[in-house]
Amino acid sequence: MCTFATVLRSSQRWCCKMKKISLKPKEKEYLFLDADNITPDNFAGKTLEEIRATEIYEGNRTYALVDYFDVTGESDLDPSEIGIVIDGSVPKVKYIGMRMSAGKILVKGSVGSYVGGWMSGGWIKVNGDAGVYAGISMQGGELIIDGNAGDYLGANYRGDWRGMKGGKIVVGGNAGSDIGEFMLGGEIVVKGNVELQAGIHANGGKIIVEGDAESRVGAQMTKGEIVVLGKIGYWLPGFIYQKDDQLEYDGTMYNVKVYQGDRGDGGKGVLYYAGA
Amino acid sequence: MSEILVKNGYVYDPKNGVNGDVMDIAIRDDKIVDKVSATAKVIDASGKVVMAGGIDIHAHVAGPKINSGRLMRPEDKLFHTSRRGKMTRSGGGFSVPSTFETGYLYSKMGYTQVNEAAMPPLLARHTHEEILDTPLIDQSAYTLLGNNWLVMEYIKNGDQDKLNAFIAWMLNATKGYCVKLVNPGGSEAWGWGLNCIQITDSVPYFDVTPLDIIKGLAEANEALKLPTSIHLHCNNLGHPGNYTTTLDTIKLLENVMPHNKELRDQVINFAHMQFHAYAGTTWKDFESGADKIADSINKNKNMTVDAGFVTLDETTTMTADGPLEYYLHNTNHLKWVNSDVELETASGVVPYVYSPKIHVCGIQWAIGLELALMIDDPMQIFITTDHPNAGPFRSYPKVISWLMSNQARLERLETLHKWVPDRVNIGGLSRVFDFYDIAKSTRAGPARALGLGDTKGHLGVGADADVAVLNYNPKTMDPTTDPIGIQKAFTNTACTIKGGDIVVLDGEVVSKGNKRTIWVNAMNGTMDPQVMHDIESKFLRFYSVTMNNYPVQDVYVRNSLEIKPEVVL
Repeated sequence: MCTFATVLRSSQRWCCKMKKISLKPKEKEYLFLDADNITPDNFAGKTLEEIRATEIYEGNRTYALVDYFDVTGESDLDPSEIGIVIDGSVPKVKYIGMRMSAGKILVKGSVGSYVGGWMSGGWIKVNGDAGVYAGISMQGGELIIDGNAGDYLGANYRGDWRGMKGGKIVVGGNAGSDIGEFMLGGEIVVKGNVELQAGIHANGGKIIVEGDAESRVGAQMTKGEIVVLGKIGYWLPGFIYQKDDQLEYDGTMYNVKVYQGDRGDGGKGVLYYAGA
Repeated sequence: MSEILVKNGYVYDPKNGVNGDVMDIAIRDDKIVDKVSATAKVIDASGKVVMAGGIDIHAHVAGPKINSGRLMRPEDKLFHTSRRGKMTRSGGGFSVPSTFETGYLYSKMGYTQVNEAAMPPLLARHTHEEILDTPLIDQSAYTLLGNNWLVMEYIKNGDQDKLNAFIAWMLNATKGYCVKLVNPGGSEAWGWGLNCIQITDSVPYFDVTPLDIIKGLAEANEALKLPTSIHLHCNNLGHPGNYTTTLDTIKLLENVMPHNKELRDQVINFAHMQFHAYAGTTWKDFESGADKIADSINKNKNMTVDAGFVTLDETTTMTADGPLEYYLHNTNHLKWVNSDVELETASGVVPYVYSPKIHVCGIQWAIGLELALMIDDPMQIFITTDHPNAGPFRSYPKVISWLMSNQARLERLETLHKWVPDRVNIGGLSRVFDFYDIAKSTRAGPARALGLGDTKGHLGVGADADVAVLNYNPKTMDPTTDPIGIQKAFTNTACTIKGGDIVVLDGEVVSKGNKRTIWVNAMNGTMDPQVMHDIESKFLRFYSVTMNNYPVQDVYVRNSLEIKPEVVL
């Protein structure tokens, strides 16, 4: 019997003792913003004025954070004591929380692509949807997306053979294609459905899909575990039936079929399938 | 007329026997002169090291396989980009940096000439385009000829005169600098899925051996009186026990002398010798064979070596040795580019991580350093990492710090795999390089080996005004205990002057430079019609381009330095 759970290490709730920095989006037209500087690590030890002057990029032009956001609150020397609240929906702001190591970010709305990319610690919660590449190459920490996530959730950077190494991603809605690509460790939980090729090239880690997976789950995976509780649309021929088993997930028992694959790549990944 | 005076530096200039004396270096236009007027721009070098500009004798910095490396490795640029500056363009890449980044980084390290080590003739135009795009540094490209069909046919038939004429034509057509052999015969055999492991293995169809090719091309090289010798990437690269193949190759040219001893001492330069000095029989009992190679090189003063230090970084390997890259791909299962260049050569690209945790990589690291420390004369061994094969060129400062400090070496050795210390000899080598040795190994040595010793690699009157001023005071600081200081000094110079133009000041690029392409014109006007006919027939029958579209036009070597040997065909 196997046991899986979605228990998160840190508190899912916002901690009110933390120093809070609030970013309220201004009503302003822009194309896309590269906001990799919005992290607790980068805000730590800075005055409000310095945070307002944080560089933010639109295309090849550099602007200040205050050009796009009303910044209020106060900072702290220790990034783990900083909570950043983005008070609104920012679907065109990319790279929020990139490479953060500690602290918390709460987005009261949707975010653009690359949220929590390369993060090694801390906690990010997105109340709305996230764009593509959420949690790319994550090494630690927790990323919670209440809405839907796009393609390449927890995937590798283009060309790299070392994807997500650690941490946990929980998506309340659906996710797109190629989630957990080249995954080496950590965990991805999708409460809804996923599209194509979940866990492609995976070499470790865990992916749990509570809904359906459209097709080609675990393509060319060599190690790691994938759980699909719903239906798999199109199966790859490289997955070989091993045995029937029982799987406990969040306190519920499921009867699962266990498969090994992808034999097309000499893989020893494990696929638990409850949707039969 | 511009004049510069580099004042009161500790000058290291092995060619002129200057070892740390406080001197002024006077520059007028692009040459070093006796003295300059009082209005000259003064660079204060007091308390600093002054050397000639560095010369990288072997690096892969331009051409099709570098570009393949860039294309296949977007992750190499991630977190390694630089933004546009006042004088600089944006760029990026760690092991395969963009052309502009390459020029800037080399200049900041005090290098003024970098030689592209492998140019496939068919893709010479691409190589020269990239060379034109690499600012600040002088460059030349070595033409790959060791697997050329016509070369092998002439050698098989014993047509040495025709071979000579063909080599001259090829260097002219590709605007190349020297005859480069990469796994002679083996890369062609790769077209049949085979390889030439020993120098006596026969090349399929052509029925010649690597031995014949090396001897034939070395003879052609001396007959044409080319400025530099042949440059050889030996057969059997990167396999345990390959030092025997290397020793066999060394024996081939033991008694051959260069055409002009005034110009250079060597008849062959062995590229990245670290990869060819492996003992043991498998990777499991793999150990250093550097002592055997070093003994042999110490006995043969008519040979030089560039080291190919492993720097223990993540990098991208690329070579015209096609079968080797296939072997590497099967070792680490990472992405692989494989390519065949028609009648000329092959090539491959595979990313590689030299991990300090793996015993093989640790032993490779030690072998490179052992070669440098066991070969007595630094004029015979040059500092390279075979960029980017054994490590990116940006790690040269690390290599220099290991060479200058036994303490730094021992500290690094401790962090490696536990098998390493027993398999290598580096723990017992207390020799350290001083600035004079470094100047020999990165300046005077490569310049002489390239046949450019008169104008490059030294600071005497009449030399090209290529000068590097390093932020290091050899009188108050001790390189043997200060590896970090050495790394800083060699990463960002206080000042780099290239061709009389100040290109780097306080670690910042301050000029667009005045780069030159150096090439050898060995044609003396007349061409053997029979050879011309042979070349034409190859184009008619086999090449995918016509002969008219083959030679590199002069427009690709703008601002060139054309070197004419006295040709006797």
